[in-house]
Amino acid sequence: MAQAATAIEQDVMVTVDGTPLKVSLARSLRRNKLKALLLVLPLFLFILVTFFIPIVDMLFRSVENQIVGTVLHRTVPLLAQWDERSGELPDETLFAALAEDFKEATAAKTSGRVGRRLNYEKPGFSGLFRKTGRKVKTIEPPYREAFIKIDKKWGDLDIWRLIKRESAAFTIAYYVSAMDLSYGDSNEIIRKDENNRIYLKLFWRTLWMSLFITFMCLVLAYPISYLLSTLSVATSNLLLILVLLPFWTSLLVRTSAWIALLQQEGIINDLLVWVGVVANDDRLQMIHNRTGTIVAMIHILLPFMVLPLYSVMKTIPPSYLRAARSLGANQFTAFVRVYMPNTVSGIGAGCILVFILAIGYYITPALVGGQSGTLISNFIAHHMSISLNWGLAAALGSILLAVVLVLYFVYDKIVGIDNMKLG
Amino acid sequence: MKHPKFNLLTSATIAAAIGFGAASTAYAETELVVVSWGGAYSASQQKAYHEPYMAANPGVKIINDDSASDGLAKLRAMNEAGNVTWALVDMTASNAMLACDEGIALEIDHDTSLAPAPDGTPASKDFGDMIVSPCFIPQIVYSTTFGYRTDLAKVPPTSIADVFDLEKIPGKRSLEKKPINNMEWALLADGVSGDDVYNELSTPEGVDRAFAKLDTIKDQVVWWEVGAQPAQLLSDGEVVIASSYNGRLFSAIEEEKQPIAMMWDWQMLDLDGWVVPKGGPHHDVVMTYLTWATDTQRLADQAKFISYGPARKSSAPMVGKHAELGIDMGPHMPTDPKNAKNTLLTGFEFWADNADDLTERFQAWLSQ
Amino acid sequence: MASDNKHYVQFVKVQKSYDGEILVVKELNLDIERGEFLTMLGPSGSGKTTCLMMLAGFETATHGEIVLDGEPINNVPPHKRNIGMVFQNYALFPHMTVAENLAFPLEVRNMGKPEIEKRVSDVLNLVQLGEFGNRRPAQLSGGQQQRVAVARSLVFEPKLILMDEPLGALDKQLREQMQYEIKHIHDNLGVTSVYVTHDQSEALTMSNRIAVFNDGVIQQLASPEALYEEPDNAFVAQFIGENNTLVGDIKEASNGVCKVEVNGIVIDALPVNIGAVGGKSTLSLRPERVTVAPEPGSCPNIVDANVEELIYLGDHIRTRISVLGHDDFIVKVPNSSSHAQLKPGHPVKVGWHARDCRALDAPAAA
Ligand SMILES: Nc1ncnc2c1ncn2[C@@H]1O[C@H](COP(=O)(O)OP(=O)(O)OP(=O)(O)O)[C@@H](O)[C@H]1O
Ligand SMILES: [Mg+2]
Repeated sequence: MAQAATAIEQDVMVTVDGTPLKVSLARSLRRNKLKALLLVLPLFLFILVTFFIPIVDMLFRSVENQIVGTVLHRTVPLLAQWDERSGELPDETLFAALAEDFKEATAAKTSGRVGRRLNYEKPGFSGLFRKTGRKVKTIEPPYREAFIKIDKKWGDLDIWRLIKRESAAFTIAYYVSAMDLSYGDSNEIIRKDENNRIYLKLFWRTLWMSLFITFMCLVLAYPISYLLSTLSVATSNLLLILVLLPFWTSLLVRTSAWIALLQQEGIINDLLVWVGVVANDDRLQMIHNRTGTIVAMIHILLPFMVLPLYSVMKTIPPSYLRAARSLGANQFTAFVRVYMPNTVSGIGAGCILVFILAIGYYITPALVGGQSGTLISNFIAHHMSISLNWGLAAALGSILLAVVLVLYFVYDKIVGIDNMKLG
Repeated sequence: MKHPKFNLLTSATIAAAIGFGAASTAYAETELVVVSWGGAYSASQQKAYHEPYMAANPGVKIINDDSASDGLAKLRAMNEAGNVTWALVDMTASNAMLACDEGIALEIDHDTSLAPAPDGTPASKDFGDMIVSPCFIPQIVYSTTFGYRTDLAKVPPTSIADVFDLEKIPGKRSLEKKPINNMEWALLADGVSGDDVYNELSTPEGVDRAFAKLDTIKDQVVWWEVGAQPAQLLSDGEVVIASSYNGRLFSAIEEEKQPIAMMWDWQMLDLDGWVVPKGGPHHDVVMTYLTWATDTQRLADQAKFISYGPARKSSAPMVGKHAELGIDMGPHMPTDPKNAKNTLLTGFEFWADNADDLTERFQAWLSQ
Repeated sequence: MASDNKHYVQFVKVQKSYDGEILVVKELNLDIERGEFLTMLGPSGSGKTTCLMMLAGFETATHGEIVLDGEPINNVPPHKRNIGMVFQNYALFPHMTVAENLAFPLEVRNMGKPEIEKRVSDVLNLVQLGEFGNRRPAQLSGGQQQRVAVARSLVFEPKLILMDEPLGALDKQLREQMQYEIKHIHDNLGVTSVYVTHDQSEALTMSNRIAVFNDGVIQQLASPEALYEEPDNAFVAQFIGENNTLVGDIKEASNGVCKVEVNGIVIDALPVNIGAVGGKSTLSLRPERVTVAPEPGSCPNIVDANVEELIYLGDHIRTRISVLGHDDFIVKVPNSSSHAQLKPGHPVKVGWHARDCRALDAPAAA
């Protein structure tokens, strides 16, 4: 009692053994925090390794440009002093440095890599560097003339301007390229030649096709989910299995099935010809184009819409609709004004899931998309595994990531992320 | 967004996993991971090279890995991770050039590393201009050419110009969804001579001219991307004529007995061969194997199982009958004189420089 | 047509089956008067909700006719019936504020904005929730939600209000308060109400009349007093209030009084609902109508009993005794000094009047 009294007098609460209450509270809280930390640690590390680091790696690669400066380490500092507007080629000392760099790079087999890097900016660099690498062993001063003799491109001012531009450790060139832009004669950024504009169109197509697929999934999934939510558990589970079936069939089986169905000599066309809706020599093109991609992707992504909708609808008591009806609303009004608003969280979750999956899909469009059904991710894949232009792939990927984040932000502003229910 | 993340990381992980597996069993016997294209092609290598070699050298075990289609990307990922586990990789000549430029493939001295021809001709002479890169050990010559439906084509096509002639050959045609080969064919069909094709393509006007020619058939083209597609499209009757690898067409015609025939005019010859990854395992064992597997007899043997021409001149006379079908393989080879009236060897140097740019232009053209 | 303008609501020979095998409502006839507060009371599964749902239009009657205000409504869809309903879980729309919930029935009737606002605020004041119009239902307590639900069912001035166990989710104290408030609102507005509950005290407090349901049949329809004092059958007697039952054989039945032999002793009782002589009957006797140690001759029935158990409840003592072979016989003994001698295990005499002992139908099990 006395102790408590003194404690209050001193304006500091203490526990029975005299430690201040705050200290002892903090200590017990710290232990709890530590425990919580240990519980999330494995997941945190997992996410760090499988998600966060790769994304950082991707962002890094989209601007990384060490190769030129590292390999041509004698040439690049000299190039910095060269005035690209002078109209003169770099001087002999720089060419001598280039010869040294080339000899070293050929021995280390890195000259080809620089050539590949610069070839992304301007066709011809690959060959130039390969050719020069083969002949540089026997090169003699004066170096400028010798280089120009190996390939007259070395006497081209544009080549030097480009090397100078791309000699920094970081570059925006990949983003420039990914936005259908390029560098003009004096290194100003201009739109690419119309014949070479491709990515913006693809971003746009990816966006609207994903939105369209999301919308179609919603239109198709809503009634199904509603039906499922009103049925008994046994029946609805059975039907859910049917909805989930696309998950369980292998990609190849699914693809062959679509082809068998949709191709010009396929079942649907046969049927239409037989019914007489289309003429035999005017069969519909439904696969290897946009239609094919849309049909196939809706098929695959539908479950991602059904599941959140179903799980939300199941929790809506049937008494809401009855209440609305008893209050004087006809079936339609009751559904639109009372039932649908209560499914918004499911709609939001389903749409975000489907949209984000759709925007990154590439296997299906690659298999059944043809040319008009190709999406931006197919190009990312192309640059990842065929052209090996990982910098451009990373830039395209980063832009896609940015688009998704912006859309997510807009969604949060309009609908509110808290309003989302995944089930 | 998904893709790079997936690929960078999984490649590294897969590389690590394979490395771990290989290291833990290496004490028993030397395991060589050999990367190739899978399917009939790997099978022909298995029968002609791997099996006889393993029978003669019990200490070596050759393991097939079918990831050649993205071999270059995976090899680069392994190289970046500093853990190269592949002993040999099968690549097209143009990819071998890329790998060499990237510094992820070893340069080979063909004369010291490879066996001479039976008559003593050194390997570099025997392979001749098939050695398009110092890292490349040629294996086969394959051609990308045309197959057509004998029952659906109005008249049998006889020249490359017919492919672009919608009146003579009406109906859908299938081409690969890449500029390579198509650009050359467009110019050839437009009257450019074989010797001038790459000179013409090196000018902006030549590129425009090729696209203009392709424009004339654009809406009748079904574009294929995977090697199995064109034969399938032909078999399904979805297209009348399709470009394809000659080996695939051979299977469709001779093994599956489809009503398809070959049109060899201006076949595009391309090469496929081995590349030794830089920093790969068991270097000495790999080189010994390679010397044996690329000698004259072995290359001739492979042609018993698949209709691709051996890359050595000295192997050509030894090509015999198909091991299972018993048909004479000679007439099915791209190099057979009857088939090789007009041929063009893919311009590797040209494409090494221009593939990025022209692919972009080609894709833009497609989406217009 | 069986409609009769005197009655506001009529169920005429209504039957209902969900599965085509079992009738959950068996030939129901029920008349409800204008302005009445009628309660349907009965054990779980007895068909109360089903009746209410048929009235509201969410279930169709398998047979028979339902009439509201002189018009048969079997084929009128629910939203045209103009019947207000309060659901057990309130069914307030979670995405709307309280005011929007209340405005909903008015909006769907295309009422003008000013009129809607006025009515909403009036009804909010009626249920004493004037300041809560802008809250969401989830931000209200259970009792407040309940009041909103009642307000919403009233705001469009329906012909009839149906309430299906509206207080089931509330605790006892709040429940009693809400019973009072609902009753109060009913008295003020005079709107005809049909109320469903299986809590008999709730039914007794609130109703003008109570319909006791069992097994799809109305056992008795009467005022609370009549139900308690004059149950028609053993089920009602047992279901309403505390009740002692003695089962015996009917020996003699004449006008006004009958004799029933229980465990060898003949008891005088009031014949209410008995069969022929020789049959069985259930005697029903309220605990407070039994006298302990009566003056000899003061009542016709005086029998020997044995005290089993005493429970002290302040103003009275609940005494369990065994009598005539029944050991669960309850007597309420007023807490006066004269009864202090009651002790467990001791014999005692008990007695009652013939008019308090109602001879009813045979027990269901017999
Ligand atoms: N939709 C339905 N389908 C089939 N049977 C039903 C349905 N609704 C109710 N029943 C059955 O009808 C009978 C009466 O049910 P009802 O809901 O009317 O009882 P209740 O008196 O309201 O009971 P409680 O006091 O438990 O609410 C029960 O046996 C019930 O199982
Ligand atoms: Mg009920």
